[in-house]
Amino acid sequence: MEEKRNQIWALIITGLMILISAMYYKVNVYYMYVVAYIWFGFAYGMMLQYGRFCFASASRDLFAAGVPRMAVGVLVALMFFSLIQASLASTNMSTFHPAPFGIHTLIAGLVFGMGMVLSGGCASGSLYKIGEGNMTSAVAAFFGLCIGQAIFVDVNWFNFMIPQSWMDAAADKVAKGFPPADKITSSFDYYLAGYVWDKPSIQLSHTKVFSSALPGITKYFIADALINTLIPAALLLTVIYYFFVRKGFLKKRAKQKGGQTGFGDELSGLWNMITASKRTTIMGVIIGIVAGLHIFVMKGLQLKYGVTNFGQILTRMDKAGDITLKAGEVSTKGTVFDPGYWYITSQEGQLGAWILEKFGWNMRDNLFFGVNNGLPEPLRNPALWMSIGIIFGAMVMARLNNEFKFKMPKGELWVWGLAGGLLMGWGSRPSLGCNIGAFFIRIAGGDPSGWLYGLGMVSGAFIGVKFFNWWSERKMAKEMEAF
Amino acid sequence: MAMKFEKTGDGTYMLDVCGYVCPHPQIYCKKSLEKMNEGDVVQVILDNPSSVETIAQMCDQVGHDILERKTEGGKIYVKIKKS
Repeated sequence: MEEKRNQIWALIITGLMILISAMYYKVNVYYMYVVAYIWFGFAYGMMLQYGRFCFASASRDLFAAGVPRMAVGVLVALMFFSLIQASLASTNMSTFHPAPFGIHTLIAGLVFGMGMVLSGGCASGSLYKIGEGNMTSAVAAFFGLCIGQAIFVDVNWFNFMIPQSWMDAAADKVAKGFPPADKITSSFDYYLAGYVWDKPSIQLSHTKVFSSALPGITKYFIADALINTLIPAALLLTVIYYFFVRKGFLKKRAKQKGGQTGFGDELSGLWNMITASKRTTIMGVIIGIVAGLHIFVMKGLQLKYGVTNFGQILTRMDKAGDITLKAGEVSTKGTVFDPGYWYITSQEGQLGAWILEKFGWNMRDNLFFGVNNGLPEPLRNPALWMSIGIIFGAMVMARLNNEFKFKMPKGELWVWGLAGGLLMGWGSRPSLGCNIGAFFIRIAGGDPSGWLYGLGMVSGAFIGVKFFNWWSERKMAKEMEAF
Repeated sequence: MAMKFEKTGDGTYMLDVCGYVCPHPQIYCKKSLEKMNEGDVVQVILDNPSSVETIAQMCDQVGHDILERKTEGGKIYVKIKKS
């Protein structure tokens, strides 16, 4: 009975997504751009839920329970994604762009890492868990990633932390004509214009060393895929095996063989670790491939419509009288947030800002929304539809597996969800991305700053696990007083 | 909502972490097993699917036996014997 009901729900949700897609197509063919985001989001949601694919779990379960399942899944996904990214870059079909490199990435990762452990899921993990009915994740996503993030980029509460040199650098740029003076109002604006914009962006294949040593398309496969992703990921897999799996595996193997173990057993141990959770590892492979396909499709649509950003499409539709854009929906550069690939947090910040504007808050007087990303209505925000797609894709998969359960947070989970969400929201801004945009996409694209963010995330997760270990030990001691 | 860890008999325990999300069920499960003696059995009751995968792999790695794993009425029951 329950199974039947879940299947009906899965059908209803999928039907609803098809209906929404058909309506978009009927309104204007340009909205196929939004529809592509919806269905890639839907696919991500299904895969994340099926593989229990959460980046928080990758480091957290390693430290908390010694379980490498998710760390292996993430590294496998990275390896496959990097090869697809290299193929796309070599055919000029990539939408990837590297990010400013600096210590800010490490610090942001640290804050984000603590947040994802507290809230119980990373940015993408929180969305798929909402799809499972987990409302603690909804608290983290809504109050932290949406509202908290939007407030963070719009307030001047952190001006006391801004060095004079950043303010001077921002003022210099304004004097030269860009950015507009009226868009520098928040602490985050000084951070962007006075610090981050001056930092170098690195993509290995585009560095002097590799572009001169590796002519043609080989630089994408050797520099971006092999050197920036495949080798480090393989090394990490070996390190994880050595510290978390090797001892137990060899002990079991020696018992089975009744004697010594050799190098062949080490290789078996490594393979055993990779295949221990088949659903996670297989999903790692598929997610890597689908994330690459996503880039291919978005680039294809951009070429078809003759644009490089959905903001240009919105402006075109506005001029044709098909829609009426409100002031500030599209940024001063004529763009909206349109990464062209898998991304999570910026669009949630846009939703938060849109909600805050309904309460009279001016969210367009800053660089983040006013100049860089725009603030489109949610219905024509392509990346936001990707996040919605993730939630519904995960909901369908959870229903099909009879794993959907609506759970409101109770007691301490409110605190962890709220605190973790806020830390994730704040931790995703200075780095201009989260576990997906700043870690997963960047590493596979050949940007070493992704590893810096990863190092911060893992360190933050370690602190978070230490805290939860202390917290749970106290509660266990109380429970065990009775016996 | 409160986590419950109870002794239900000689060498048998019950850990109820229903309502909790990651990482709480796996952390409480690990800590419960640490407090128990070899051969003791704990019945873990949870409703967070993601945690079950981690608990299963943790038991496999350490060598604890999963005696039973079933889902009933939205709750997941995992019976583990400490080795």
